[in-house]
Amino acid sequence: MKTREEIRREFPILQQPMNGKRLVYLDSAATSQKPLPVIERIARYYSEENANVHRGVYALAGRATEAFEGAREKVARFIGASSADEIVFTRGTTEGINLVAASLGRRMVGEGDEIVITPMEHHSNLIPWQQLALAKGAVLKYLPLQPDGTIRLEDAEREITERTKIVAVAHVSNVLGTVNPVKEMARIAHRKGALIVVDAAQSVPHMPVDVRDLDCDFLAFSGHKMCGPTGIGVLYGKREWLSQMEPVYYGGEMIEVVELYRSTWKEAPWRFEGGTPNIAGAVGLGAAVDYLTGVGMENVHRWEQELVRYALDRLKEIPEIEIYGPGAGQRAGLVTFNLRGVHPHDVATVLDAEGVAIRAGHHCAQPLMRWLGAAATARASFYLYNTEEDVDALIDALAKAKEFFSHAIG
Amino acid sequence: MQLDDLYRQVIMDHYQHPRNQGQIEDGAVSVHLHNPTCGDEITLQLAVEDGIVRDVRFKGIGCSISIASASMMSETIKGKSLEEALELAEEFHRMIRGEPADTERLGDLEALQGVSKFPARVKCALLAWNAFERAVQEQRQERRA
Repeated sequence: MKTREEIRREFPILQQPMNGKRLVYLDSAATSQKPLPVIERIARYYSEENANVHRGVYALAGRATEAFEGAREKVARFIGASSADEIVFTRGTTEGINLVAASLGRRMVGEGDEIVITPMEHHSNLIPWQQLALAKGAVLKYLPLQPDGTIRLEDAEREITERTKIVAVAHVSNVLGTVNPVKEMARIAHRKGALIVVDAAQSVPHMPVDVRDLDCDFLAFSGHKMCGPTGIGVLYGKREWLSQMEPVYYGGEMIEVVELYRSTWKEAPWRFEGGTPNIAGAVGLGAAVDYLTGVGMENVHRWEQELVRYALDRLKEIPEIEIYGPGAGQRAGLVTFNLRGVHPHDVATVLDAEGVAIRAGHHCAQPLMRWLGAAATARASFYLYNTEEDVDALIDALAKAKEFFSHAIG
Repeated sequence: MQLDDLYRQVIMDHYQHPRNQGQIEDGAVSVHLHNPTCGDEITLQLAVEDGIVRDVRFKGIGCSISIASASMMSETIKGKSLEEALELAEEFHRMIRGEPADTERLGDLEALQGVSKFPARVKCALLAWNAFERAVQEQRQERRA
């Protein structure tokens, strides 16, 4: 097994100093850094394999198609899908969720039907359902959030009813770090005759995920948060749903026969991939899957759990730090917090001067921010290349921020 | 990257004790702006009489830079003609963008010059000024109506 330092060395960007300090990158929940094998794989695609997919007769086009479809198979294995045709390539999580809402959602949700979500959803798993409900006269219901930032299954049991058509939930909250009981929620949803759509943007990169074990109907995630390139993502859908869904984007690549006044579509998943796809992105994502598989998702998860426990412990050393979300054990590898009396922007600027990159703002979750009663928060998020030394740098920088502002503000 | 370039004493003073916070009772236009990327908010009120800024007040949630900028702006433009205040706004924009600017004219606001070296914070410094410019537009429309 590789050591943390060996892994860290595989990420070229982490080798450069930032503002004269060692770069401590703690914003992987926004986007992850990329290891050399992924960067090299994308370069190799463009150097040796680039052509358009699914159409050329020549050998090079065959090579590009093989690389592209090979990536689909890798992704399918990585999340335990039954087969590669349950994998739709998208631009990212946002597009995947929008695709479900615009295609299946528009068809199956009617007036008075219910869509059930949670207050901790990222805007990308909130607005598509909010707008669908508005368009169809459906009822958008929010499961109540407990004070520790978790949801309770008894609430799900009560709120998900026979009128519920869709349950949409984050596997892991990007703000609170809460790991939601998706498997149990899927069981409840199915018992009531509803579908479950899982926003897995913060889970697939960080823990083993098996879609058949979860028994979710759809699951969306992004390549760039899991060591892959930007602009590529995945929508997993059970074949029984994908095969009856209408496409959303019409154009090249996705058709079977085009006549003057009607057309027919390719099978899923290709009918959802109108236009030339992000081939290099998919190939890069395939390389990212190989990379993470090589490290082992169990190892990634265990290491992040150790780091977040360590971070939560050390953050207690600064009494002015307020932490949001559940305790260790129920939370993924991120910590959202505020330094009392100091705006998170100011915290982030002082940390930046120390080479520590964190996120400050509302994290694309405005309703949740209102629930927390915070206009903005700071967030440190971890990945496989982070070390205890990074956590120590965070704590030291926070102590500096506190001192800097207590001196200035009094 | 020097933090002291950004967080000058006078900025901290305005952050800690913002001037002209609160509400104008009557005869003012009110503008609410927020920064969707970070959640900062400001409500700015502007009262103009005979082309002169009679009063300007604000309420806001934000970081040290956005609050200090609003506070210093309110002190600077109060009592000035609208034309002069708008010129100062332009001067301030130039300074924040790192372009040559007549910083002497800006008085205390010159302390925010360091923001130009922190691109991520530029929008914080400009929020109050954008609200002011919007308020002037609305005030002029109201007068025409």
